Amino acid sequence: MIAEAGHYALVLALGLALIQSFVPILGARWSDPALMNVARSTALAQFLFVAGSFAALVMLHVTSDFSVLNVYENSHSLKPLIYKITGVWGNHEGSMLLWVLILALFGGLVAALGNNLPLSLRAHVLAVQAWIAGAFYLFILTTSNPFLRIPNPPIEGRDLNPVLQDIGLAVHPPMLYLGYVGFSIAFSFAIAALIEGRIDAAWARWVRPWTLMAWIFLTLGIAMGSYWAYYELGWGGWWFWDPVENASLMPWLAGTALLHSALVMEKRNALKVWTILLSILTFSLSLLGTFLVRSGVLTSVHAFASDPTRGVFILLILCVFIGGSLSLFAGRASSLKQGGLFAPISREGALVLNNLFLTTACATVFIGTLYPLALEVLTGDKISVGAPFFNLTFAPLFVPVMIAVPFGPMLAWKRGDLLGAAQRLLAAGIAAMIAIAIAWAWARGGSALAPLAIGLAIFVVVGAIVDLIERIGLFRNPLAISLRRATGLPRSAWGTAFAHAGIGIALIGIVCETTWNSEYIGTMKPDEITKLAGYELKLDGLSQRQGPNYRELLAAFTVSLDGKKLSTMTPSKRSFTTRGTSTTEAALLTRGVSQLYISLGDTSADGGITVRIYHKPLVLLIWFGPVLMAFGGVLSLSDRRLRVGAPKPARAQGRLQAAE
Amino acid sequence: MTRRQRRLTMIGCALAVLACAAGLVLYALRDSIVFFSTPSMAAEQHIAPGKRFRLGGLVQPGSLVCGGSQVSFEVADGGSKLPVTYKGILPDLFREGQGVVAEGALDASGTFRADTVLAKHDENYMPKDVADALKKQGHWKDDYDRKVAQNMKGASCAHGG
Repeated sequence: MIAEAGHYALVLALGLALIQSFVPILGARWSDPALMNVARSTALAQFLFVAGSFAALVMLHVTSDFSVLNVYENSHSLKPLIYKITGVWGNHEGSMLLWVLILALFGGLVAALGNNLPLSLRAHVLAVQAWIAGAFYLFILTTSNPFLRIPNPPIEGRDLNPVLQDIGLAVHPPMLYLGYVGFSIAFSFAIAALIEGRIDAAWARWVRPWTLMAWIFLTLGIAMGSYWAYYELGWGGWWFWDPVENASLMPWLAGTALLHSALVMEKRNALKVWTILLSILTFSLSLLGTFLVRSGVLTSVHAFASDPTRGVFILLILCVFIGGSLSLFAGRASSLKQGGLFAPISREGALVLNNLFLTTACATVFIGTLYPLALEVLTGDKISVGAPFFNLTFAPLFVPVMIAVPFGPMLAWKRGDLLGAAQRLLAAGIAAMIAIAIAWAWARGGSALAPLAIGLAIFVVVGAIVDLIERIGLFRNPLAISLRRATGLPRSAWGTAFAHAGIGIALIGIVCETTWNSEYIGTMKPDEITKLAGYELKLDGLSQRQGPNYRELLAAFTVSLDGKKLSTMTPSKRSFTTRGTSTTEAALLTRGVSQLYISLGDTSADGGITVRIYHKPLVLLIWFGPVLMAFGGVLSLSDRRLRVGAPKPARAQGRLQAAE
Repeated sequence: MTRRQRRLTMIGCALAVLACAAGLVLYALRDSIVFFSTPSMAAEQHIAPGKRFRLGGLVQPGSLVCGGSQVSFEVADGGSKLPVTYKGILPDLFREGQGVVAEGALDASGTFRADTVLAKHDENYMPKDVADALKKQGHWKDDYDRKVAQNMKGASCAHGG
């Protein structure tokens, strides 16, 4: 009954989406406010129905109703409750339902919060949202319906893939989807602007917070996925340049570029056409990401759907939306008026440079990800493009971005003073030099690249701090005045500083982890001692344990430093009886921001066990960086400018506030 | 500067960056890509020792020899077999009779020295490259992956886990 209700709600949502696809557009054509306002109600109702449908699926999973195919294939009655719930999106059908739920949520939010938007713009935006939503409802209903029943229900389910039974992976897909799907708003606004043939600064003021929000979630989602891979897959890697990872990195790069170009558009009314194009590209890359992951077209760690009809359907959606939007862009972009002028050395110029490099870097990732696919289709050769390719192409393109980062906020709009900015960044440059010297001396030679990269990272971090110091006039003014200026500083300025410092910090982590990590792989017997990076690790013994739906082999290690006992670490190996598979649960010991990492291999007949022990210096910075970036984004999102929106006549102010 | 000059500067910069990127991509594509091969393809093509490639196939039942962290096994694809040695910990999903992808190079004696062994965390227990190759050679049966899933008892190096 619940399954049928959920299915029916989804069909109703499709019906609503179809209405929302054309009625508001006709309304805008005929300037009929009643027809245009249909979009608002249908968007809200659509969200309610999809939410109902999703709740039904959650309910089925929680109650372990194995008469539903999706529950039978991905659940087990002994599975802990939390994984019964998260298992809803741990499979293809459920995750697509989550995708449309988030899409409907964003549509509903635009409908609910968009009272101060021009009526026709809102109508167009919601109609475009409905096109996307309609296509995906159809996709789910025809190829991946999660509510299908089994005629003869089995007693027990097949259980969820054990590597997915983890809290990190429970939160990772919703975050990522909030990011992917959040870019649909920018896309819909871009298409609406192209249809209307009109675009102004208010447009950018609306698009920027949505893009920023999507970007924050995507940043956190990628970081979380990377941390999950680090501790769950058991070999301590945190980024594999795997197609599925690239699928999330590409929208992130394009989204980061969009964030910056929308800023130029909002403040200076320039780069309009480019911003529109980037909005289209960013969401297209999100769709491409969905296609890559969901169609199973690429060999990959995550691609767990491999039904060709699905692939073809998503490919069709991809072609229609990307092709259609780009054709519309080609036809209409010239009608948009060009905006403000600026000199090449100016903040706009710096942001253009940022965009140029970010999109080029994104293009190299695109080529590296899709080239093997194209080659296989064209010649039948199977190749794999791995880390060496991306290190050779992506890294050199990212270096200029990093160098430019501290300069951007220091340059004035319209016409900047590069020399002045360089003088103010002197402190950051000196700090970078010192860092290079220290890293060089500490590493006693070795690779010259690592100290240089650390210097670059320090330059970015200190540059962000210098920018703040300059703005509040610290050291130049008395402390009290500086403090007052600090509290008066727009939150977006703080946000910029945090986000920029975040990249630098992540880079420090990346460089230290890849250059100076040490590892030990070998067989250890109880009471044997292994020394690694100054730590002594003693294997105390092995033991067995029974978990809710698995059996576990635990190994206890005593870790000591300079003869003093620090802690015990207990890595384990879990065998999941239902699927006959096992997972490796690594043990992590955090010391400052560095980590010791132990994962277990197989036991040998003579009572020994193969272990992998890593010491990873400053590894946590890799994820602190993105968290800091996301925090900067949140600060910027809470900026007064974005909350208040466009200046309004005094009378309208009251209503506007109430709407929030 | 006039508007036209500014635009030309910008376009010039953009083209320069794109040209650099294109150069990097072409250079990297020539040097750092790895081809995929099955044992019979490797035998046909006479891949030179030392050239890196990805070897995919099924782990030959009964061929797995575990010696501490040094393991050896054979990868087969129905047509021919290739011995593989690997130093390190095998992935969780590694079993005899199952699909595997190893990356490395042949040594002078014709043994494949793998430096990474990948087990795809795929719910079908079969790397796509391997499945495609097997399909092409006619060794694939439609219910193969399901059968593998049921026969997960194939030997691995584990004794207690």
